[in-house]
Amino acid sequence: MILQALALTMRLAVVVSAILLAVGLPLAYWLAFSRWRWKFFAEAVVSLPIVLPPTVLGFYVLVAIGPMSPFGRWYQALTGHSLAFTFEGLVVGSVLYSLPFAVQPMTASFSAVDRKLLDASALLGASRWRTFWRIVLPLGLPGVLAGVVLSFAHTLGEFGVVLMIGGNIPGATQTVSILIYDQVQALDYATANRTALILLMLCFVMLALLYGLRRRTPSSAWMWR
Amino acid sequence: MRKLLIYAVFLLLLVASVSAQQITVAAAADLNYALKDLRLRFEHKTGDKVTLSFGASGNLFAQIQSGAPFDLFFSADEEYPKKLAEAGLAEKASLRTYAIGHLVLWVPNGVGLDRDHLPGPDTLLRDILLQPSIQHIAIANPKTAPYGRAAMAALEHFGLKDKVAAKLVFGENVSQAAQFVQSGNAQAGLIPLSLAMAPAMQGLGHYWELPADSYPELRQTAVIVSSSKRKATAQTFLDYVTSAEGTAVLEQYGFRVPQAK
Repeated sequence: MILQALALTMRLAVVVSAILLAVGLPLAYWLAFSRWRWKFFAEAVVSLPIVLPPTVLGFYVLVAIGPMSPFGRWYQALTGHSLAFTFEGLVVGSVLYSLPFAVQPMTASFSAVDRKLLDASALLGASRWRTFWRIVLPLGLPGVLAGVVLSFAHTLGEFGVVLMIGGNIPGATQTVSILIYDQVQALDYATANRTALILLMLCFVMLALLYGLRRRTPSSAWMWR
Repeated sequence: MRKLLIYAVFLLLLVASVSAQQITVAAAADLNYALKDLRLRFEHKTGDKVTLSFGASGNLFAQIQSGAPFDLFFSADEEYPKKLAEAGLAEKASLRTYAIGHLVLWVPNGVGLDRDHLPGPDTLLRDILLQPSIQHIAIANPKTAPYGRAAMAALEHFGLKDKVAAKLVFGENVSQAAQFVQSGNAQAGLIPLSLAMAPAMQGLGHYWELPADSYPELRQTAVIVSSSKRKATAQTFLDYVTSAEGTAVLEQYGFRVPQAK
């Protein structure tokens, strides 16, 4: 039971942080370097999941993937099943929920890259693509790693959104946090204790890793802290 | 002098607001609409205030065990209140079965059911739940919700437990199970009749009552919590719910009133 939930949670966290890496890099790059007037609107939208209760997100996601929404009907027609109560549904919810935790550290570390280096790179004839891969990304790497680790850890600890869109199915949508809730409510404190301890240690290791990483890199990349 | 007068008036208001009693009631989620209705009537009648907190009976049971400040507990079964009474956490003398609950199969309108196989009384679950258009069946978590346990018992009774196991999704309590199926995310649900009859579910789907012999009777029982400081008011509310007027309201919401044991 615990192992199954743990494996599911790890799989969810890996998939979500991989997607967030792919989505977060261009988004963070744009947020760091765009001069668009209304950029602050985009920044506010990206940060929304930090302050929004998971119930708001869970509610919107549940409605959006349900048969009453065009998206829900489209997905159903495409795949033959609905997103609700599936692993894919959890991925959608978790990506939205953890988005700021990936994007904010990345944006901060990209912004901290010395503009003179970018100018020099451009003067030497490098394309923006090449400049990104050779200068921005290597210098911003600590922030990128922090974004990945944080979104991974944040997905591990996710509860509210999963409770609202998951349906508590062992092996499909029952994550560790849901399992613990289940065990506590069923007054099975001994098992809940064991499960909670595993999650606690896991999260501690993740964060120790994160802060260990921080010690070895220049502080400028950690402005988001 | 004027200051003193204002102060006196303020004190008076404070006293007046305190003299009307306020009780906090933990109630099984299937009572959501019925108890809200009863609360309004009761408050109108007595001037006392009732705060309602809904959840799965098992969750509320765990909360009361941990010392949650409830005065009165309406469970969806009789086991939880009895256990509390045996542990000395609830008043044994106040145990009272206030309603018998019913389980229904609820299917939202959009689901394409095979019209040739609409249910007869015995084939009910089999004919509907095994249809391919039913991908998810919502029930309440059997670990904490008596209605979830009743649903599992009914599935077992019809020999469907293993056949539909992969289709089951579990609501945190019956309200969430009802919400899963009302929103169409699940294509069938085994939920309390009292929720199927709720205004929010009307016109959105069909329901069929499950035969009473397919699951153990849901003898919904209430009990006064021992740590309550407002036992008298709690007793008045419990008396009101089981009065002729109260039971009439409960019947409106699909509950059957228990015969005296």
